[in-house]
Parts: sequence; C-alpha cells; structure tokens
Amino acid sequence: MTQPALVLADLRKDFGKASIIRGVSLSVTAGERHAIIGPNGAGKSTLFHLISGRFPPSGGTVSLHGRDITRRSPFAINRQGLARSFQVSNLFPRLSVAENIRCAVLWSSGHRYCFWRWADNLADVSARVEDVLAQIGLKQRRDVLAGVLTYAEQRALEIGIAIAGGADVVLLDEPTAGMSRSETSRAIELIREVTVGKTLVMVEHDMSVVFDLADRISVLVYGEIIATGTAAEIKASKAVQEAYLGTVETDD
Amino acid sequence: MTSTFTSRHTGRIVWAAAIVLALLLPELVASKTALTKMCLIGITIVFALSYNVLLGQTGLLSFGHAVYFGLSGFTAIHLINLIGQHQLPIPVLLVPLFAGITGAFFGLLFGVLSTRRHGTAFAMISLAIAELVAASSLILESFFGGESGITTDRSNGPAFFGIDLASQLQVYYLIVGWGVLSAIAMYAYTRTPLGRMAAAVRDNPERAEFIGYSSRMVRLLSFIISAFFAGIAGGLAAINYEIMTATNLSTAASGSVLIMVYIGGAGFFYGPIIGAILISLIQLSLSDITPAWLLYLGLLFVVTVLFAPAGIAGLVERHIPPLRAGMLHRLIPPYLLSGGAGLVFAAGVIALLEMNYHITLNAHEGPLLGLFWMKVDTGQPMAWVAAIIVTLVGFYLFRRTWPIVANAWNDLDSRQPGDLR
Repeated sequence: MTQPALVLADLRKDFGKASIIRGVSLSVTAGERHAIIGPNGAGKSTLFHLISGRFPPSGGTVSLHGRDITRRSPFAINRQGLARSFQVSNLFPRLSVAENIRCAVLWSSGHRYCFWRWADNLADVSARVEDVLAQIGLKQRRDVLAGVLTYAEQRALEIGIAIAGGADVVLLDEPTAGMSRSETSRAIELIREVTVGKTLVMVEHDMSVVFDLADRISVLVYGEIIATGTAAEIKASKAVQEAYLGTVETDD
Repeated sequence: MTSTFTSRHTGRIVWAAAIVLALLLPELVASKTALTKMCLIGITIVFALSYNVLLGQTGLLSFGHAVYFGLSGFTAIHLINLIGQHQLPIPVLLVPLFAGITGAFFGLLFGVLSTRRHGTAFAMISLAIAELVAASSLILESFFGGESGITTDRSNGPAFFGIDLASQLQVYYLIVGWGVLSAIAMYAYTRTPLGRMAAAVRDNPERAEFIGYSSRMVRLLSFIISAFFAGIAGGLAAINYEIMTATNLSTAASGSVLIMVYIGGAGFFYGPIIGAILISLIQLSLSDITPAWLLYLGLLFVVTVLFAPAGIAGLVERHIPPLRAGMLHRLIPPYLLSGGAGLVFAAGVIALLEMNYHITLNAHEGPLLGLFWMKVDTGQPMAWVAAIIVTLVGFYLFRRTWPIVANAWNDLDSRQPGDLR
C-alpha cells in the first residue's frame, strides 16, 4: 500500500461555543482523487481552511507526507507541497491572467524574494506559465486583467493558480459551483488533466462530478465524517442515504 | 502585437526625451532662480516615486513617508560635516547612497513594526511612527539641532575629479544623475519577481499566502526599498539646501508627498513624476501670488479624488485608445465648450476666495485688490454681486455642457468596443 499523502487525525474546530468540525479523521492516499460531500453547513470549507492553514484547528493534527503541518501558516504549508483553490474566486484582479499564473509559479521556481532579475526573462518560469495557460485554456486571454474575466474563466484561472506551483496535493473547493452543464463537463476534463499524478481532495456539490471524478468519497455531516468509500459503497450506504442522499432525492 | 510594440517604442522615446530635456534644461532656462526650482523638483520626483513603491506598487497607504526622507537627510548633513572635518574619506557625491542606506535601515526598523498589517491598521501605525519621530526630533537636539535644524557646507569636501559642488549647476546635475538612476531602479523593481509579488499582495494579500509567499515579508521588503529611495531623495536635499530642519520629517511633509502621488496618479509609474512637477510648481509659483494657495491645492486634491481617482496619469491613459483609433478630435469641441464653462466657474470661485482673503487678511492695504488683470474694489457691493453672478453662471453652464462631454465619450466607447479596455 502506498504511503498516505494527507492524514487528518481527530481534527476539531470550535467557533466560540459552536463546534463546526467535530473530530474528523481521514487518510488520503498519494495519487488518489478524494471527494468530500455533505449538506450545506456541514463544515466542508472549514475543513479545507484547517488543512490549508487559514484557520488553526482547536484540536487534532494534519500531516502532509508524514510531516506535521498543524498550525503552520498558509505559505509554509504551500511550500511543503499543498495548494488550494477557493469556493469564491480569489484572484489577483488587477494583474493580467498570465501575471496571476506567473506569481503562482515564482516561489516554487526558487526566485522567491528576488529583486535583481527581470521576472519576464526567467525562462523556466515563462515555460511553466505557458504550460499552465495552455492547460486551463486561457492562452488567448493572457493579457486580460483577471478581474474582468467571465465567471467560467475565473474558475479556470482559480484552478490554474492552485496547480501552477507544482504542489502534489491539491485541494479544490467547489470547482464547478455555479457552472452550466457544458462548462461543468469542460471543468471535469480540466481537473482530470491537471491533477494527473497528483493527490486531489475536492469539495463538490454536483454528484455527477463526484461520481465521475472521485476514487473515494467521504461524507461530512455536521462536522463528522459518517462514511468513506468508493462511489458504489457510498451509494449503498444506509447511513449516507438517511443523512444526505435521501434529502437530495426528494429535492430532485 | 504591432500596437504593443509601438506603445513600448513610444514609451522609450518619451523617457529618453525626458532625460535629454532634464540634461539640457539649464541651457534652455538660464535664470538662477529657475535652476534652484528645478533642483527642488528633481528631489521631489525621487521622493514621490519612492512613495509610490508603497502606495501604487504594494498598496500601502503611509502617512509617514517623510520620516525616511528626513532621517536620511539629517544623517547626510552629519556625513557631509564629517567629510569636511576630514574624518570620512568619501566624496560628497556619494552621500546620497549612504543616505539611502540610512533610509533602508530605518525602513527595516519601523517596517518590522508596521508591515505586519495592511490597510487602515498600517496607515495608523505609519502615522504614529511619524508623530513619534517628529516629537523626538525636537528633543534630540544634538542630532536634529532643535528648532533651527542643522547646517552644513557641501563644498567643504575634497573635489572629486574637479567636482566640488560649489555651483548650483553641479548640484543640479548631481540630482539629475541620482534621480535618473533611482527612477530606472524603481521602474526595474516593478518588473522583478519581488516587484510582481508586491502587486499581487496589493491585490489580494490572502491569496498570496496560498501560493507560497508571506505577504508580510513582501510588504516589509517593499517598505525597505521604498525607504531606501526616500533616503536618496533626503541625501540630495541635504546637499542641495545644506540645511535640514524638523519640518522635513513632519507629517505635513508626509501628507504633501501623498497628495502629489495621488494627484499624479498612483496606478502608473510616471504618475508621481507628473504629480511632483505639478504640485512643486504650484507651491513655488502660486505661493508668491496668493495667500490662498494651500486652499487651491486642497481644492485640486478634492477634485481629483472625486472626479479623477486615477489621477492625471489615469486621465492621460484614458485618452490613449481614442488617440490610437484616430478619434481624439471628436472630443475636442465638447472639451472646449465644457472647459470654457469650467473656466468661468473657476474664475468666479477664485474671485470670491481672493476677495474674502483680501478683506480678512489684507484689509490694511485698502479695499483695492489686483485680481486677474483688473483692480477690484472689495468695498463695493457690486463687485461681490458680480463675482457671485459669474460663479453661478459658470456653474450653470458647466452643468449644462458636461453631458456633451459624457455623450462624446459614450459615443466613442460604443464605436470601438475592441480597442477600449
């Protein structure tokens, strides 16, 4: 069995008296595509914030490739090889598309706080920027300011920024939220393509996306994981049907 | 692609022309007072550009940038005095570099305190530091010289290849040399990995942390670089004026550079240069003509904030797409019409302000006031009625003609959607 890329052990988060994450334990194997589903307010985004360092957990640990990253700052965690996207597009609005990607590439390319070389002349960085632009399909829009992109383009750029630095564990927070059918299927292809060889953890509402992409699925309900397994196992699980899928069926 | 090539080309020609003009200016304008003013403007340009490394590039609104200008200026005065006493074997020419290093040192010291935060918290900390330094400048007499400041003589040092800085012309070329070097370096900074990340941190400090960068470290490094160039400007000021006083590092001086950069346009590299030249000229010329010059400066600032928040450079950039499309001439008639009305309105406002200033401040000179080309008798009610009528008519005409300008712009924007960004 391969070594787990990301391990959450009894992770907890309280906001005041409210317990949002109540003892989540999860092990994601390297190379796995893992989806986290759950009803609104289950704490999916909060869980991502705990893993990526945006919030410190109230208890428990997070480890990445066997190293403890609990309570590290976001940039320290990112440097260890974990990158994420956001549910609401979180770009650099007054920079061009290409600049957004370039900034996301700079740290991992080793140029860091360099102020003695031209950013445009770094051949390794520029090559990587071109690759990412081609992957996310925004080559034609490279000089457009990120703030004026269409919604679907912003979502693609959001994923591009997350993967540009070459992190091997990628968290995507609702990458297809608010997209049309055709945009969603294109987004699935994009996610599949850019996460080849990487470990992917994604929060997603669209069940067709989840069953299409994910190797394993975890169901988060009120801050607790009630089931983890393959798509077939999750569909068959009684507990999941009661707590989650059942409500989806009546909605449909 | 052709258009970006041409625009880059034009940009380089404009920059080269500006440098050549700066070098030739003493030949073109022979007067000694003009040379003194040009020296002041050169120093101010470097200072304003250094401020924009913070405001435009990194998105940090500082109310205390004169601290780095002033502390470096005082240090430079002491250095020149040491050189004069043969205790320091460096040419006076290089003092601005050491002043810059002093600025960077204080940038590091105070930056560690203030760059932890951004936005309002940063602005408030910068103001607190400015007040702190201004207060201590009046206490630490041995370094700051108290209320009278400290003086030096720049020509005391040994001549360096015949340059003894005795003449104002040599000082002017020293300022141009350091100024051009500083401007090139600050422009280059915007194109480096750190400079790009400063812009990214300005746009979205949170996201920058998720792509590996400590936003605080990026802010701190930008702060130090900005303080370094403010220090160079302070060193040049020390050489030029041969005196530094506490007003050089006051919050008033910090506010002045903020206004310059804002009016010039913080979003563009050349904006602060325009702002520095314009505001310096206003300060130099208008302060001789009218006691109300600070009020006019304030009005200009308010008008900029309200109607041209991207500053003069923003207005210039707005006109480039129609210029490229060959449609700029469509704007000229509406501009002339509305501009004429605006001038009438401004004349009325100026008349009222000047008459008010005259009767409150200069009453002992009698009721006659020289206004524009006329002599106005402020004792006559008719003069006041006339001024009020001119103001109201100007305002009315301006309100009526402004929609013509707006329509012309709408027309342009709809004609060439692809060309206008």
